[in-house]
Amino acid sequence: MNSTKDDRLVGRSVPRREDPRLLTGRGRFVDDIELPGMLHAQFVRSTVAHGVITAVDLTDVCRVPGVVAVFTASDLEMGDITAQLGRPLSEFVPTAMPVLARDRVRYVGEPIAVVVARDPYTAEDGLEAAKVTYEALPPITGEEQALAAGAALVHDEAAHNTLVDVSLFATEGIDDVFDNAPCVVHVETRTGRQNALPLETRGAVAHWDDREEQLVLHTCTQVPHQVRTVASRCLRLDERAVRVIVPDMGGGFGLKCAVGREEIATAAAARRLGRPVKWIEDRKDALSASFLAREQHYTARAAFDADGRILGLDADVVCDMGAYSCYPFTAGIEPLMASAEMPGVYKVPAYRVRGRAITTNKAPTAPYRGVSRPQYVMVAERLMERAARELGLDPLEIRRRNVITEFPYTGVNGITYDPGSYLESLNLCEQALKEAGWYERQAAARAEGRHIGIGYSCFSERTGYGSAAFAARKMEVVPGFDFSEVRMDTSGAVTVTTGTMSHGQSHETTMAQIVADALGVDLAKVKLHQGDTDRITYGWGSFASRSIVVGGSAVGLAAAKLGDKLRAIAAAEWGISPEGTALDQGRVRRLDDPDTTLTYAHLADTAYLKAHLLPKDIEPGLTATAVFDVFNDGTFSNATHGVVVELHQGTGQVEILAYVCVEDCGVAINPQVVEGQCRGGIAQGIAGALFEQVTYDDQGEPSATSFMDYKVPTAHEIPDVSIHHLETPCAFTETGAKGAGEGGTIGAPAAVLNAVNDALRPTGVELDNTPITPETVHRALTPAAPVPPAPALEQTP
Amino acid sequence: MNDTSGLGDDLQLLTLDVNGTSHEVITAPRRTLVDVLRHDLRLTGTHVGCEHGICGACTVLVDGLPVRACLMFAAQAEGARIATVESLADAGSKADSGSDSRSDSGELNDLQRAFTENHGLQCGFCTPGFLMLAEGFLAERPEATKEEIREVVAANLCRCTGYQTIVEAIDACATARRAQRAACSEETP
Repeated sequence: MNSTKDDRLVGRSVPRREDPRLLTGRGRFVDDIELPGMLHAQFVRSTVAHGVITAVDLTDVCRVPGVVAVFTASDLEMGDITAQLGRPLSEFVPTAMPVLARDRVRYVGEPIAVVVARDPYTAEDGLEAAKVTYEALPPITGEEQALAAGAALVHDEAAHNTLVDVSLFATEGIDDVFDNAPCVVHVETRTGRQNALPLETRGAVAHWDDREEQLVLHTCTQVPHQVRTVASRCLRLDERAVRVIVPDMGGGFGLKCAVGREEIATAAAARRLGRPVKWIEDRKDALSASFLAREQHYTARAAFDADGRILGLDADVVCDMGAYSCYPFTAGIEPLMASAEMPGVYKVPAYRVRGRAITTNKAPTAPYRGVSRPQYVMVAERLMERAARELGLDPLEIRRRNVITEFPYTGVNGITYDPGSYLESLNLCEQALKEAGWYERQAAARAEGRHIGIGYSCFSERTGYGSAAFAARKMEVVPGFDFSEVRMDTSGAVTVTTGTMSHGQSHETTMAQIVADALGVDLAKVKLHQGDTDRITYGWGSFASRSIVVGGSAVGLAAAKLGDKLRAIAAAEWGISPEGTALDQGRVRRLDDPDTTLTYAHLADTAYLKAHLLPKDIEPGLTATAVFDVFNDGTFSNATHGVVVELHQGTGQVEILAYVCVEDCGVAINPQVVEGQCRGGIAQGIAGALFEQVTYDDQGEPSATSFMDYKVPTAHEIPDVSIHHLETPCAFTETGAKGAGEGGTIGAPAAVLNAVNDALRPTGVELDNTPITPETVHRALTPAAPVPPAPALEQTP
Repeated sequence: MNDTSGLGDDLQLLTLDVNGTSHEVITAPRRTLVDVLRHDLRLTGTHVGCEHGICGACTVLVDGLPVRACLMFAAQAEGARIATVESLADAGSKADSGSDSRSDSGELNDLQRAFTENHGLQCGFCTPGFLMLAEGFLAERPEATKEEIREVVAANLCRCTGYQTIVEAIDACATARRAQRAACSEETP
């Protein structure tokens, strides 16, 4: 029984509890940790994309003053990191990722040895003295090269350089559907390789604690317990003998939910040396040698009837996963996500898909905010636009005819969607741009020869992935549930744990809002613990927009259980049944006599300090634990994004003039936090649509290794975003919330691409790839100019 | 094991004026200002995001102007007044600023309050850089328009917020400061 409705904190934009320390420089990030006697690590990294290591000469490294040690794989003897899917070898080929490369290197930047020195400058001096020689192998730098007959193999065990090859759906008779459809449209899209690029690079500080007989590893990870598992296995320690602590984290966006090799090597070096060792990744390594994401190639077609209703969808998805399969998600994460979810918000009666993960000699990939959804939404939305053009329909009208409007709806992909506001969001988004006069302004601009376009994307995103959903993908390591403990101390103050891990999403505030409501206490009374494997029994960390959906539900459940215990203790004191009591603002109240109350402080005093007063069936102390899992197909947040762009004739620049987002994440625990997630996500989506790309030359050498080459958008490029909320509460989460972390990133690329194409309409050119570079736009806007005559050679006397 | 050797090479003694306190540091000439602030003086509020002067997470004020502390050697800052994010909160206990013992650092200043009120931060890693950039800029241009603020904010990178709320926070602070000055000048003609 919760406190009275009016003063509920859930649903209110209460100020963030994280802010005071972060605003005053008192946050503590990994690089802020300093331990007595601490040494500093840097990694000797491969300079070739593909090769056999023939010699590693580190004698000069040891001669550099201040270098303390240098270790290779054979010195540290660590187990490999091997991500697994429970699929037959025809569908998934497991490949080992050694913590340090042993005999072979597979990408530029692959760690080969770790140099430990008295300070980071000296460690870098050490790197320069390392001599590694290689016997070069032909580098595989792209998916087509990887799949070509006779291509060199990145992993000998993976024929055709294929790690994953799954055909999850193939509706019977789908070929007939396409053969007989009045309208069939095609699209081929490629999306650039990107870097999730948290502002805080990766890093770790490790030391061996003799008293606790424990390796303590401070690292910035979204999945502390999974890092513990890998560290314990690689270092051959009991899990109990590893403690992973995550301090404040400067962003993650998915990149920090794959277990990295460097943090494990740092831990191993600290164990070996018996001294604390710190490794902080520099930006060059972060851009070239940490996990990347997104490089995908889709070939798809869709069949429509004459009224614009979709009849079938047929797609081939190829993902360039780079050199290694990431732990715990594997190289299957992208093709499996795309395959399972591609029908999205549309009623697709027939569906066929093949999804492949290809290995190449580029830095490995990890999940990045959205995970394949930005790409397949782009494909679906391009197909809708193309069919609308072909059939002479309004681009929004064709979507209206196809979006799911009745719930629950079970799709051709076997997924049951929980209720959402697909049609409503579409209508509201169009209305917002209409009311702002953008359609008139576009018409007027076109008359002046300016190129203004309006584009939309409509999508849902599954966010409540429980164990069942991950098990359905046959992950060998199956994430899903989450655990929480809520305890009240003798002063009536509340501590709550979550197995999720905030990297900027405001968990300390939002989780506390849930607990404060469930118990009827002030927000200030609630303190959240996250990111410490010794303090938190277990957890799956933060990814897939799961924190509030799963972690928040566990927190809410545990708090409700603690509330029940408080009521039971009060009821015992009154000699009545607990049903005759209610929680009310820091007190338990008698329902039959509302003036009679007992404060939590009084009940806590009884529970801990006068336990002899408790009846036999009530355990002393005030703790409650809960586990929450999602046993059905999950929650589905949804949104429509609408964007107005102008293309500049001379420069090919795409300027965003307006951006509207209509989002529905069920009950918003803290609307300001949800808006922050939307805006930040949209900025990253725009970055992928227009700016960011990790490029390689034909030798596999990365060519965007600094912010001079890798264009991260600034306040110049990212527009103000107007956000409208719809609320379709989720029936099976504790709070009615659905996830809100990834939607912005998912919706933006498709909307921007459609807007650019709308602006290009008079030219007849259509673009399907991202990033949309100024060069592409300029070429589209500039009709083929006659080739100028060669200048006459100047006559020399 | 020679981790103490080489320490004597080439060291220099610097005197740095940071947040109004004079600090003596023995350091190598190649050490950057941000590393000396963070690791020698333990003022870890200033962050390192790229080490090549683009992201701005390391922005501090040097003689009142925003500077990338990763692009400057500590030795170059000798004789200048350096201000870090730790100087902004109205010091509840000023004596402690800059020391290892972090006691309550008092009330947020108006710019910091504007950031929290406008949700101008999420992970908070870039935040000190934006705060110092804004402090320096508003001191120089108190009349700055929102568009000018956006222009300046584009000097630093943020990966969480989409920038809108950072611009709004700085604009709100500038507007409030102007209103306060106007009120003061009315009171004292």
